[in-house]
Amino acid sequence: MSKAAETAGKPRWALRAGVAALTVVALYGVGLGVQAGLIEYVQRILLIAGINVILAVGLNLINGTTGQFSIGHAGFMAVGAYTTAFVGVELAPHVAGALGAGALADGVTFNLGLLVGAVLAGVAGFVVGLPSLRLKGDYLAIVTLGFGEIIRILFNNADFLGAATGYFGNSAAGLPTYTSFFWVFFWVIVVICLIRNVTFSQTGRSLVAIREDEIAAEAMATPTTRLKVLAFALSAATAGIAGGLFAHMQAGIRPEDFKFDKSIDMIVMIIVGGLGSISGAALGGIFVAVSLELMRDLQQYRLVLYALLLILIMLVRPEGLLGQRELGFGWLKRLRRKEGT
Amino acid sequence: MSLLTLERVDKVFGGLRAVGGVSFSVEPGAIFGLIGPNGAGKTTIFNVVTGVYRADGGRVLFDGHDLSGKGPAAIAALGVARTFQNIRLFRAMTVEENVMVAGHKLHKAGLVSAIFRNRAYAEDELALRTRAHELLDVLGLAAQAGDVAGSLPYGSQRRLEIARALMLGPKILLLDEPAAGMNSNEAVELERQIRLLRDQLGVTVVLVEHNMSVVMSVCDRIHVVDHGETIAEGPPADIKVHPRVLAAYLGQEDEPDSVSEAHP
Amino acid sequence: MSEFFQQIINGLSLGSIYALIALGYTMVYGILKLINFAHGEVFMVGAYGGYYIATALGVDGYEASGVGFPLGLALVVLVLAMSAAALLGVTIEGLAYRPVRSAPRLTPLITAIGVSLFLQNAAMLVFSPTPRRYPAILRELRFELGGVIITNIKLAIFVVALLLMVGLKLFVQRTWTGRAMRALSLNIDAARLMGIDVNRTIRATFAVGSALAAAGGILFGLDQITINPLMGVLTGMKAFVAAVLGGIGNIPGAVVGGLLIGLAEQLTAGYLSPDYRDAITFVILVVILVLKPEGLLGVVRQEKV
Repeated sequence: MSKAAETAGKPRWALRAGVAALTVVALYGVGLGVQAGLIEYVQRILLIAGINVILAVGLNLINGTTGQFSIGHAGFMAVGAYTTAFVGVELAPHVAGALGAGALADGVTFNLGLLVGAVLAGVAGFVVGLPSLRLKGDYLAIVTLGFGEIIRILFNNADFLGAATGYFGNSAAGLPTYTSFFWVFFWVIVVICLIRNVTFSQTGRSLVAIREDEIAAEAMATPTTRLKVLAFALSAATAGIAGGLFAHMQAGIRPEDFKFDKSIDMIVMIIVGGLGSISGAALGGIFVAVSLELMRDLQQYRLVLYALLLILIMLVRPEGLLGQRELGFGWLKRLRRKEGT
Repeated sequence: MSLLTLERVDKVFGGLRAVGGVSFSVEPGAIFGLIGPNGAGKTTIFNVVTGVYRADGGRVLFDGHDLSGKGPAAIAALGVARTFQNIRLFRAMTVEENVMVAGHKLHKAGLVSAIFRNRAYAEDELALRTRAHELLDVLGLAAQAGDVAGSLPYGSQRRLEIARALMLGPKILLLDEPAAGMNSNEAVELERQIRLLRDQLGVTVVLVEHNMSVVMSVCDRIHVVDHGETIAEGPPADIKVHPRVLAAYLGQEDEPDSVSEAHP
Repeated sequence: MSEFFQQIINGLSLGSIYALIALGYTMVYGILKLINFAHGEVFMVGAYGGYYIATALGVDGYEASGVGFPLGLALVVLVLAMSAAALLGVTIEGLAYRPVRSAPRLTPLITAIGVSLFLQNAAMLVFSPTPRRYPAILRELRFELGGVIITNIKLAIFVVALLLMVGLKLFVQRTWTGRAMRALSLNIDAARLMGIDVNRTIRATFAVGSALAAAGGILFGLDQITINPLMGVLTGMKAFVAAVLGGIGNIPGAVVGGLLIGLAEQLTAGYLSPDYRDAITFVILVVILVLKPEGLLGVVRQEKV
């Protein structure tokens, strides 16, 4: 690296640190406002929407960008949820001992739990992905469905995690409510930045190449197996983060919460938004959260309507809302060109 | 020492022996032709060399390496590039992205760099984009760099496939029917481009082709297969009048005096 | 020892039902390369069809009076339910699958998931989620043979399944439509060029597969005594695994796969733990797809490049 380039790098990082700090402060401010100003009902929708965005954007990386259709991701969400909850419960007294009880200790415990949950979910993704991704199309879908169910059945039989009754932590009140507007949308921003940076890079191009024509991609020296497993593990890790955030929103988590239905919700999110589009996935996640709440009274009709929606979209507009395009594409393109020069 | 050597390569599909005991050597810097009637096994030979199919007998040596058992990505990384008979582009990506994807030799910055968007990443992207544009220029596609690959006309798609293959920085380039669907003007331009690949870029070329005027004009040496087996090899002048070659293409009766006469 | 034979008998009868359902999956996949996710729901609808038709024919009256439901009427129930299911299968094919037949492989997959979901939840609305007791279309008679209990219902399962499978074999080998189905599964384009009516043959495939699933549904109801709108989800999944195990697209494979899955499930429940009876099927799925994706009786298909 030339001297000029090196010195040019420093202001860039200073700028980025500044933007990040501002974002955090702004997010915190908005979070306070939300908690004070909006009713419980709307707050919950916002939290679910944020969690869904994480789920959808993560799943879109493997299903949309790489074209490897997985329908068992609820299993990875479960791994993240249980890990975060368990680690949090076990770790909390130690952290509180070192830092004193309060928001700081809670934040540290929570995020440590989330990180461990993400890593474990990623490992689970690696373990599932490695044998599965040799298969294509329908076969891959079915085997991921199978693995998702196996994971759920394992949790169903894990007595130290409450088995079928569920995991409620150590106290009578259930799991601590760490999840807040701030943390959810903090992680939303982190995940979107991460996935976006992976997608718009040589790695991302290689993933799309795998989707478009895997044989040609191989002929161009693309390490297809390694990249497919990487994308799969990454999407599993993000599902794990969403799971951890989900866990600390309620008193407890049960294997029931991570049935095939949950995987279906995730698929609806990315199909509605457009398979292969990050912004589409985000929109799809918001759509599912909002429709879930709007149809709370019509619970029994919700899945029927989702089913009809899936069929209708496939018949009429299979590419969903945005197809493979992104919102604000022009802005993104200009940004990319600037980074290349 | 020859760059690419096939030693008694066999490939069997169920009951069909697609390739039987084929052997040939390609010298560095050559333009080597592989011809034969339809279904003779030419693309199958390409597929065996590039690792898409596993040979059932014999072996392939490239640049001192035994390619037996290696997968397509590993073989491509060693320096073997190819195009496909039925164009296999990444249709949803742009023209320049198609070429950039193959830039594994130039791609130094890893995924972590991409995630943090540091200087190394920016330089990497610049190197990839610059080289891609150079190659697109050579193939006459620079103006279409930002177009979606699927929207290109047929001839341009074929040239894009070649540019993409060249991005690998290969030692050898296997072209599978690059002149298919071209008129005579386009074919002459293709001949010029093939010679340019060898002369300017130092790439050895192996050419599967049905267009006989291109083959005869551009190749130093030609290997002829029929029903999966070798029936002749030699310089174009010899192959043109070789009785077994004429018989394979035209049947036993009414042999014209040369192959070019049969394929004007 | 007699307990072992008991498990075998139970496993084989369960497996016969899985085989009947698996045949539908395998035939449709063989031709369309589509996993008909909704097939499990056709099985469920067949069971409910049997329920309603038998009730309409007064089965409860016969039961109350102690006289067995006449065999003739039982056959009527079977035939009517199978016909209704065939109609349902053909309708699904025409409305949801045919329009997307030429779309990239992902689209029909999602459509199939959508249809399955729709039928499950529509059934919950229409039939109510509460499990129902299955009518005594066959009044249960128990025999004991060397410590092993066999009921006439288990025998009926074997007999009906066997007859239907033999019927299918004859159909596929001797009739025009059957041979057309085989042709389509080998090379759909060549079949079309030979003048075979592709649409009609596909409809027939769905009809036959659905009818078999319905028969399986009625037998399942008789065997398990209760039915519920979600019964197709798990059972359909297991039958699909059976089809994959035997080699998807392979008709004898579906039968072999079904019997093996039934045995595996029963033996796991009996000797390992009832908690794992469902898990074993998924484990088998994962193992077979990782080790031998073409299935036990399947053949590896080389992709043309």
